[in-house]
Amino acid sequence: MNNKIIVGIVVIVAIAAGIYGYMYYSSPKTSQTSISLTGSGATFPFPLLDTMIKQYETQKTNVLINYQSIGSGGGIAALEGKTVDFAASDAPLGAADMVMAPNSLHIPETIGAVTIAYNLPNVKTGFHLSGSVIADIFSGKVTTWNDPEIQALNSNVTLPSNNILIVHRSDGSGTTFIFTGYLSLSSDSWKSALGQGKTVAWPVGIGANGNTGVASVVQGTQYTIGYVELAYALQNKMTVAAIQNPAGNWILPTLNTIQIAVQSGASKGLPAGGGDWSGVNLLNAPDPQAYPIVSFTYLLVYKELNVIPGMTQDRATSLTQFLWWVVHDGQANAPGLAYVQLPSNVVQIDEASIKSITFNGQQLPTS
Amino acid sequence: MTQNTSVDSVFKILTAILAASALLILIITGYTLLSGSLPVLKIFGISFFTGTQWNPVEGREVFGALPYLLGTLATSAIALLIGVPLSIGIAIFLVEMAPRAIRVPISYFIDILAAVPSVIYGLWGIFVLRYWIVDYIETPLSTYLGWIPIFSGTPYGLDVFTAGVILAIMIIPTISSVSREVISAVPNSIREGAYSIGATRWEMIRNWVLSYGRSGLFGAVILGLGRAIGETMAVTMVIGNTVGPAAIPTSLFKGSQTMSSLIANGFLEATPASLELPAYIGVGLLLLLLSLAINIIAEIMVSRVFKIKGGAIE
Repeated sequence: MNNKIIVGIVVIVAIAAGIYGYMYYSSPKTSQTSISLTGSGATFPFPLLDTMIKQYETQKTNVLINYQSIGSGGGIAALEGKTVDFAASDAPLGAADMVMAPNSLHIPETIGAVTIAYNLPNVKTGFHLSGSVIADIFSGKVTTWNDPEIQALNSNVTLPSNNILIVHRSDGSGTTFIFTGYLSLSSDSWKSALGQGKTVAWPVGIGANGNTGVASVVQGTQYTIGYVELAYALQNKMTVAAIQNPAGNWILPTLNTIQIAVQSGASKGLPAGGGDWSGVNLLNAPDPQAYPIVSFTYLLVYKELNVIPGMTQDRATSLTQFLWWVVHDGQANAPGLAYVQLPSNVVQIDEASIKSITFNGQQLPTS
Repeated sequence: MTQNTSVDSVFKILTAILAASALLILIITGYTLLSGSLPVLKIFGISFFTGTQWNPVEGREVFGALPYLLGTLATSAIALLIGVPLSIGIAIFLVEMAPRAIRVPISYFIDILAAVPSVIYGLWGIFVLRYWIVDYIETPLSTYLGWIPIFSGTPYGLDVFTAGVILAIMIIPTISSVSREVISAVPNSIREGAYSIGATRWEMIRNWVLSYGRSGLFGAVILGLGRAIGETMAVTMVIGNTVGPAAIPTSLFKGSQTMSSLIANGFLEATPASLELPAYIGVGLLLLLLSLAINIIAEIMVSRVFKIKGGAIE
């Protein structure tokens, strides 16, 4: 009995050794081993990042990039814990987080815009709103559609007397951050009572989960108004309001008006990649054709990559090359997914940031 | 023979470890929740549990979890009000009255209800059930009985009532399957005794069967309540997700928020360095305390109030 067991074990070990040795010695020795990079963070840019990653992986077959869209908060936590190579966040790092992730770079990789979608049975186009009126609606001061404040901006539209049901986000979100930033700029009472944040103390209305949730509630219920990211409004063909910009024009959100806004807003000056981006503001951009509610979404990466455990020269080089590709060739993926391409002045700032990334003090090649 | 006793003692130690690990998990969970929420509890103290404002904006943070406690209790109460009579009715029907041929398929389908993921209930709720409830229940109630405070407000379907209905559907399989076991465990001698003194079928069921099994039925209801309190995804899709004082459930047709849906909504995006994350952990602590409190109260009620008759399922 014991003999048979011993013989059996020896045979199994011999076969296993044989298979392993065959595989090891017969596989071609290549100098390229697979490089894997990990990132995590915001859900808003995920469709674009995912498409970009897949395209990049087909071009550079030895690079594997894994992006987990767990939310900006999770991404920032991972960055601070140095468990990922890069993070993505809709809102820039605040002061406390910049202390926990020192010497990190903000690299805007695409642009978000907030549209005001509404559901009025008889009003499909030509609905005008201004920032202060939107603030009054969402803070509960204006409660009916035919309120004088709204009627004053829409003199040629018959508005019903129904109550307005506002729909906000129930989850914390970069879209809310941008939207409440705009409302704080447009209304002093909003700024003092509610302020800007990824989630605020909404006094009225109901909350829906995610941009899809808000879109579905607004489309499914009459006399509602809500705010949704541009991509969702375009893809679901929602009726959106034209917002008054500082030049006094009523601007509808399109890929074009938003790109104009970012170009003119960025020309006011942006910090260097390693600076403080918490005050960066693309809202109410000066161009006459600019849409007023736009913002960046950021990739976050450490300037000196050797702080990340397990980082090697090869991986640092791959990461730098990937980031360079994202802000150049990768941008071509944006319009098809209803994201806005980075304008050239922002790409220049990103180039300077990416060129400043080092590993063990040495600059890394970008292509 | 020596081999058997050593295996026995190994078995005894192993099972003791497993039992202790269950207690250990509870203690570790409680400790983690407490330590994670300490930053917020230190600043707000007891007002975290009694306050109603919820403002996570940096620089003006105020956190009060009372509205969400009330929201959880309100939705669970509606779920029990709707679900318990239905479940016990189903159990009575299946055990006492249904012919064998339909008892098996109906039990099977009710158990399938328990297997449906809660996200599916949520999706069905926002796309289908909500409109039925608005059209057939809420709008008539609001038009004719809108002067009663709990029916006030314009009904949109994303409110406490819809959440309660969805929860009721989700707890029916749990309560009814345990109740079925309880009722079938009632000895036939009890039933025959009732008939022998001239009770009708309904009198037999009500006065003999249900009272015999009442501690077991109570246990079934508590199981269902436990599921209703913890349910997250389905509730967060239909409850309206209001925050702060607007979340206090003063009317069936107002949006509200439960503790678990608040955590599910806010946790992912809360930045690590903010006060918001400890606040969500604090709400989780409150939820754990509520579950413990309900279980303790249930235990006390079962052991003191319900006298356990020989043979009944506890």
